[in-house]
Parts: sequence; C-alpha cells; structure tokens
Amino acid sequence: MKVERSTLQVPKERHGILLFRSMAIGAIGLLVVGGLVFRLYQLQIVDHERYETRARENRLVTQPIAPARGLIYDRNGVALAGNRQVQSLSVIGENVDDVDALLVRIREIIEFTPDEEESFRKRLKVQLRPRTGEKVTLKRHLSDKELAIFAVNRYRYPDVFVTTETLRDYPMAGLMAHVVGSVRQVTTEDLQRLDSVSYAATKYIGRRGIEKFYETELHGQVGYRTVEVNVHGRVMRELSQVPPVRGRTLTLHVDSNLQRLADEEIGERRGAVVAIDPNTGGILALVSKPTYDPNFFVMGMTDRGYTDLIARRDTPLFNRATQGTYPPGSTFKPVIALAGLSLGATDWEYVVSDPNGEFRLPNVSRIWRDWDWNVQGTGGQGEIDLYRAIYRSSNVYFYDMSTRLHVDDLASFAAQFGYGRATAIDVADADPGLMPSTRWKQETLNDKWYPGDSVNLSIGQGGMMVTPLQMATAATVVANRGEWVRPRLLLSSDQPIELDEGFTEQYPRVEGPTDEDWAQMVDALKAVIHRGGLGYKQNGVAWAYIGMDIPYEMAGKSGTAQVVEIPQGEEYNDESLTETQRKHALFFAFAPPEDPVIVVAVVVENGGIDGGGSKIAGPIARKLIESYLNRTVALSRD
Amino acid sequence: MTDFLNTPTTSGFLPYLTNTARKNFNLDPWLTILLGLVAVFGLVVLYSSLGKDQAAVVALVVKLGFGFGLMVAACCISPLTYFRLTPMIYVGVVLLLVVVMFFGESAKGSQRWLDLPGLPRFQPSELLKLAIPLMIGWYFCLRSFKLKLLDFCVVLAIAGIPTALVLLQPDYGTAMILLLGTAGVLFVVGLRWYWIVLAIVLFAALVPFAWLYLLHDYHRTRISILFNPDSDPQNAGWNILQSKTAIGSGGLTGKGLFNGTQSQLDFLPEGHTDFVLAVIGEELGFVWCTLLLLCYLLIFIRVLYLSIRSSNGFGHLVSAGIAIIFFLYVVVNVAMVLGLLPVIGLPLPLVSYGGTSAVSTLVSFGVVMAICTRKQWMDRE
Repeated sequence: MKVERSTLQVPKERHGILLFRSMAIGAIGLLVVGGLVFRLYQLQIVDHERYETRARENRLVTQPIAPARGLIYDRNGVALAGNRQVQSLSVIGENVDDVDALLVRIREIIEFTPDEEESFRKRLKVQLRPRTGEKVTLKRHLSDKELAIFAVNRYRYPDVFVTTETLRDYPMAGLMAHVVGSVRQVTTEDLQRLDSVSYAATKYIGRRGIEKFYETELHGQVGYRTVEVNVHGRVMRELSQVPPVRGRTLTLHVDSNLQRLADEEIGERRGAVVAIDPNTGGILALVSKPTYDPNFFVMGMTDRGYTDLIARRDTPLFNRATQGTYPPGSTFKPVIALAGLSLGATDWEYVVSDPNGEFRLPNVSRIWRDWDWNVQGTGGQGEIDLYRAIYRSSNVYFYDMSTRLHVDDLASFAAQFGYGRATAIDVADADPGLMPSTRWKQETLNDKWYPGDSVNLSIGQGGMMVTPLQMATAATVVANRGEWVRPRLLLSSDQPIELDEGFTEQYPRVEGPTDEDWAQMVDALKAVIHRGGLGYKQNGVAWAYIGMDIPYEMAGKSGTAQVVEIPQGEEYNDESLTETQRKHALFFAFAPPEDPVIVVAVVVENGGIDGGGSKIAGPIARKLIESYLNRTVALSRD
Repeated sequence: MTDFLNTPTTSGFLPYLTNTARKNFNLDPWLTILLGLVAVFGLVVLYSSLGKDQAAVVALVVKLGFGFGLMVAACCISPLTYFRLTPMIYVGVVLLLVVVMFFGESAKGSQRWLDLPGLPRFQPSELLKLAIPLMIGWYFCLRSFKLKLLDFCVVLAIAGIPTALVLLQPDYGTAMILLLGTAGVLFVVGLRWYWIVLAIVLFAALVPFAWLYLLHDYHRTRISILFNPDSDPQNAGWNILQSKTAIGSGGLTGKGLFNGTQSQLDFLPEGHTDFVLAVIGEELGFVWCTLLLLCYLLIFIRVLYLSIRSSNGFGHLVSAGIAIIFFLYVVVNVAMVLGLLPVIGLPLPLVSYGGTSAVSTLVSFGVVMAICTRKQWMDRE
C-alpha cells in the first residue's frame, strides 16, 4: 500500500464537522468537570461537618479504664489481696466473623487448652458489653516465649491483641478465703444492677467477704482515655486521659499468724474459729474449714471445676464462721444465767437439788437428763447453786430455772448479747441465727409455746441457733461485763470510709445484771477451766482437758450441741450415729479474765461426745489464746 | 522539502536517526508541563498514602521517568511511520491479549497481567487505549473520513474484538471505557444525530435486559448500594461510605498531608490505587481536588486543541480518541470515588499507583505530540 501524505488528509467537506464535533467534545468535558467540582463542593463544603463527624467517630474511641482494685492487708501489714498483671491474648469480640477459622489461625502459633477454648467461645457468644469494642480473652498468662512468637507474627494477626490484664491475687490462698472473700467476673446481670458508668471497664466484682462488703471502696473510680484506633481497632495513640482513681487500701484487724494457727488446729476437721479483740471488736481470726482457693474464681473456673467445688459434701465454699448455725448448747448457759438473775428467776444463793441427773415437769412424762447422766450413767450432781451450775455445766439447774423464766423475756434479754441478730459491722452475709420466742413458734410451727420448750431452750437446744461469730460476740459482751463493741474486720483504710448508719450504730450496755453479777459470772467461767484437783464432781468441766497445766488465767465455757433428736428412753450412743449426726463440740473463752484482750469461739462439727466441747474445742481455744497472749506480752515488754 | 523516509539525506544509520529525531522533535511544552505537574502531584500524594514508603515511591519515580522518556521518544517519530505501523501495532496488541488469556497471571480474580521474559510485568489491555484510536484513525483515512453503515460496523469490530478479550479477563471497567471512547471517536468523525439518538434509545432499552441477564449479582449490589450506602455499611457500602467520609471530612483545605485519618488508619480501602482521590480530598481538601481536576481538563482541552490544529485527519482522530479515553478514565474514577458511579476498578491516570497505566498513558501522549504538532505538515497549509 502506497502511503501518501494525502492519504492522511481530511477531505475539505469533512473538515468542518470534525472541527465542530471536537469542540463539542471539549464543551462536554468542561460540563462534566464542572459537575464533578460541584459534587466535590457538596461533599467537602456543604456536608463537610457531617463527614467530619463520621471520620471522627471512625477513629476516636473513648475507652473506660478500670481502676486498680484496692489492696487488703492484715493488721501486721501482710498482703491478703493484691493485684498482679499478666499478658493475655484477646480479640475484639464483635470483629470475629468466623471463630473456627480464627482459632485455627491462632493455634498455628500459640497453643491453648480445650478449657480455654470452651470458655472463650462461651464469653464470645454472650458478650458482656456488646458493641463497645471490648476484648475477649482467649488465653491468660502468656509465657515469654509465647509473647515473643506473637510479636514476630503480629503482622499476620491484625485482629488479635496482646493485652495486659490485671488479675486479683490472693497470696494466702485458702487461709483467708472466708475473711477476704473473693472476686468473680462481672456478669451481664451485674451490669444491669450496677452503676454502668463507674463499672464501664471493670471485669471483677466482690463476691464474698471483705471483697463484697467493701466493694464500693475497693473498686475505685473509673478513668477514661480517648484513643485513636485504626480500622482493625488497634490503638494507634492516646489523645487524652482522665486517670482512674485506685480503690482504697484496707487494713484488717485479722492477724494472719493467729489465723494460720487456728487453721492448723482445726486441721482436716470441719469447723470454725472466731477470735475477737474485746477492746475494739476487731476480728483477729475468722476461720472456716474446709476452705477453698479464691484464686480459682479469678482465673475463671471451668464449669466442671465449679460444680466439683459445689458438690463436695463438706461444702468448702460455705462460711461456717459467719453463716454456719449451730445449737449453742451449754455455751448459752452464762447468758441464760444472767437472764435469770436479771429477771428474778434465780439468784446466786438459790440451790437446786439434783439427786439422779433427771428433771421432770409436772404432768409431763418426758424426762430431761443431765449431760453427766449420759457420761457417767449414774446419779446427779447433788446440791447445785448458780456458780456451780456454770462450772459443772449443770443441766438440771437450768431446767428448773426455765420454769420461772418466760421465753419472750429471755429472748429479748438474749438479744442484748447478739443472739438472733447480725451485729457485726462489716461481715458480709452474716447469718442472724435464731432466738426462739412464742411468736417464732407460732409463725413457723403454728403451735403454742410449751413449758417443755423452755426446758430445751435453757440448755441452748430446742431450735436456738447461733453462728460461731455470734458465740464469739456474746462472749465478748460477757468479757466486757456488758459493754458493747460490735465485731468488725476493718482496722483502717488509707482514706476514711463512711458507712451507712445501720453499720455504725453503737449498741447500749446490757441492762439487768449488776456489777456483782458480772464479776461472779466471770469468776464462774474462770472456774470452768481453773477449778481442779477437787474430785470429779467438784472440778470445772474443762479443767481436766485444758486447765491442769495452764500457766495463765482464762475464762470460758464449753458446749455440746445435739444434732439429732434422740427418742425418749434411748441412750445417745456415739458409735451408732453416722459421723454427720454426731454432736458438735463448742467452746468459747477469753483471757485474761480481769482485763480481756482476746475472745475465742470454736466449733468443731460432729466433734463427737458429751463433754466434747471441753475435750475437742477447748484445746484449740487455749492454743490460740496462748499464742496471742505470748505475743502481746512480748510486744508490751518492748 | 524532502521526505526523510523516501530519500535519506545522510549516510549511516545513527547519524540518520539523530538527524531525523532532531528534525522531528515535537515535544509540546504545555502538555508536557501539565502531565509533569499531575505526575509530581501524584508522587507526593502516594508518598503519604503509602505511609511514607520511600522504596515504593522511588520505584514509581523510575517507572514515570521511563514513561516520560518513552513519551519523548514517541514524539520524535513521523506520523507516516505511525500510520504504517498501525495495523501491526493493533494486531500485536490483540495477539498479546490472546496470550494473556492463556498465559496471563491472575490478581484479584481476573487475568490481566503478562510476565514476558526480558520485559517488566505489564497489562496488555492498557495498550488498547493507544491501539484502538490508532486503528480507527487509520481506517477512516482509508475511507476518506466517510461514515456509512458499513464503516460503523467495521469500527465496531475494530473496537469490539479487543474489548471482548478484555471482558473475558474479566475487566469490565476498561472494556466500558474502550467502548465509550470508540463512541466518542465516532461522534467526532461525524456520527449523525439521529444515530446518536437511536443509540441512546437502544442503550436505554438494553438496560433492563442487562440488569437481569448480563450483570453478576455483585454488579447489582454495587449499583444498588450507590443509592443507599448505609444499607450495608460494613460490607458492600464500606468502600463508598469511607471514600465519601474521607473526602467530605477534608473540607476546603484538607487535614494536611500525612494527617488523613481515614487513609492513614486504613479505613479507606485502596487508598493508593483506585481511591487515591479520596486521599487527596481528605488530606489536601477541595482546593487541590479542584486544581487536579482542572489540570486534567486542561490536558484534555490541550490535546483536543492539538488535534484540531493538526490539520491532518489521522492525527485529529487518533488524538481525539486518546484524549477521550484518557478523560473517561478520569471522569469514571472520580465519579466512582465521589459516589456517583458504582465501584469499578479503574485507576486515576498518572496518580494511581501502577506502572503500565502511567507508561502507556504517557506513550499515547507522545504519539499525540508526534502526529499533531509536526511543523512541516502545518507549514504546508
């Protein structure tokens, strides 16, 4: 093909239209660009603020910062509850589309257990705070090696985060579980109930004990920070912060040495010990056995772990010291004696004759027996006055007195010692026990009060229930000769704590007993332990077990609480009863009797036999008092 | 005045080549400056959009330098040479497209790339924005710029064959631009008004059919999301929402280079490629967006001006075709980023990150300069 310049030329007649059409195209171009600029104007000038807000909402996230939970110390400054930080692997819950694929991907570099996976899936499904970008933890406590592996692979996991988590830590493990309590993970229900603002970032909430009672103080105040995040939710930088205020530091009256001693003394048995400083009401020891490790709850127990703990027949989660209720048995005798004195049912000179260890009511066939009848199987205690009725723990004396004492008068007198009431200031969920009355019997059993009921009640049976804490409280009132100091756990805090009025109310001095009555009663309680070497029926009931070689003075009273009703005419035979049907061994004591510095109450469940209070619970109380006195004396010498 | 092709004036190939080049050095200063401005602007924006990735920007500088070099080289060749080479160029590009179909490399679900030994990786479809205008111009020269029904059909075939191959890749965006560009050339060559009306009516009639049978589900989603991006903000509406948010939040003067939160925090997808205008809008604002659009418009107008001035029909048509296709890229990309058109994968010429696109764009402008501004041709008139 021959190519000439002319081949490329436009014929004259086509030239005009080409020119015109080209200019038309140019004009169209101008219009189109004008339209696009108009659109730009719309977006960037007219709607600028709307889009600016959108962009800000995209990138700026205000995150609440959980305050550090307050620390808890014992009276010696030993840490009972603290915080520790662990590195955890987590994801933003709402960003997870395919959890299976995610877990497969993560497993490529970091191993996790089936329990961790199960718990993770569950928490992912029911998110605590949906649509807030909250992170859900997959694996806690990453090792240094795992952290390094993740750091190297981080670019492959833009949706996975390593976060520093603060965990509650209980260095004493089970020892302080029933004092300090524990925290548990906040639930959806909690968030509906609690102040959603101040708990916006909080993962743990007090579940029992001090952690529960002082939840507000320990929690602190939430902080906030405004951060810039990228599209994956990763924080790029922090723009501003209102720092959180950490929770109060609490110091408790509890003495961990005494606590440990009590814990060891009860050993593998079930039971409880409460020790109180009668000058302040401060609880020096509060032991409930068996116990549990509260750290389990922090780490988020698996369902199985929790079920196992719940299912145990010896109920380690149950706080026997504050919620376990037991018939007070003979430990009630000092109080009913003071009631008798105050209400005119008896006096120190009144003598009851007990030839055969039996008591009958007129026109009632039932026979009430003395405990010693069961022990010795023979005879009675002879001529008994009130003093002797205390140190010999005579049932018959009090059976007799009960006929002259109206139950409702007794109940309101006993209430002055804390029976039937929760009197402790800051013990969460303390059980008020039960002080029977005519009204109580009418309401619960729909029956009237019989004289026989009074006879049962006179030795702390017949429906009356007390907690070890109440036993210790009543003993404190006796030790203080009627003056009240309410039991309390909190010794001090770094900042003053204001409690509601009900918690701080001062209780009045016990009305009724004279100074003489108090002095005589304390003396009789001293005799329980120290009166000895005079022959079986003249010795204090605890002398043989703890009083023979005691180098200092103390006062106390034993008790043995019947768990099952023994049919009339049958003998109580410890051998024939299953372990959980055996009697509880109870003992309270305080020392020194004239100027008490410590009160101790001990309950050993199913401790066994009549007189078991002195034999089984007594030595524990003595050990504690001895240890405490030794140290306070040593301290005061310095 | 002698034709250098027929009567070589000097002996020896190299002196001949340099002599020819000097004689035919037709670099248009205005067009070069405008293209240079846009390219430099693009580099600055990409430096920000790529997160200050210097290596990537340096690589791009090399590619652009290569492109400008080719442009300068291309402007030194005689229009007659282009005219003679046109059928070979066209057939060559179509063959390359066939090769891509069988041996091409896939990326993001379509097979567009060719990795030939000794050559950098490139997209043959990008060469069509030069090859199709050349071929159409060539054809009309043979037909003395008459436009009968037969010519119409032939031009449709010239554009249709490579476009079909592009559609098979599939690359709907490029195919659409090529067809629209062809229509533009037909318009310039003098398509009668009633045909234009007929074509528009036909197109309108075809829309429901296309909606039902030709388009994929994801096409339909992309189109319907255009009218209501908030209906699915996390998925289908994401790109367009984030793009509009980026641009709108930029305001009059923008948040400043490197300070765009939408782009720097990855909320904006494809910020260095198809959605680069959103980065400009966010970081530099309305002022610079408008300036950039103005630059593009000036390039378009300048090329049209050159084509009108060329007084050679081949140059006129080819330049118009190149200008229209270039401008269509700009308009479709900008309209997409501004939420006026559905999301279609098309780059913003000379600014979006990508080698072949920039190089082929620059080469096509070199061709424009070569065949339009030849002084000898104008002198004759």
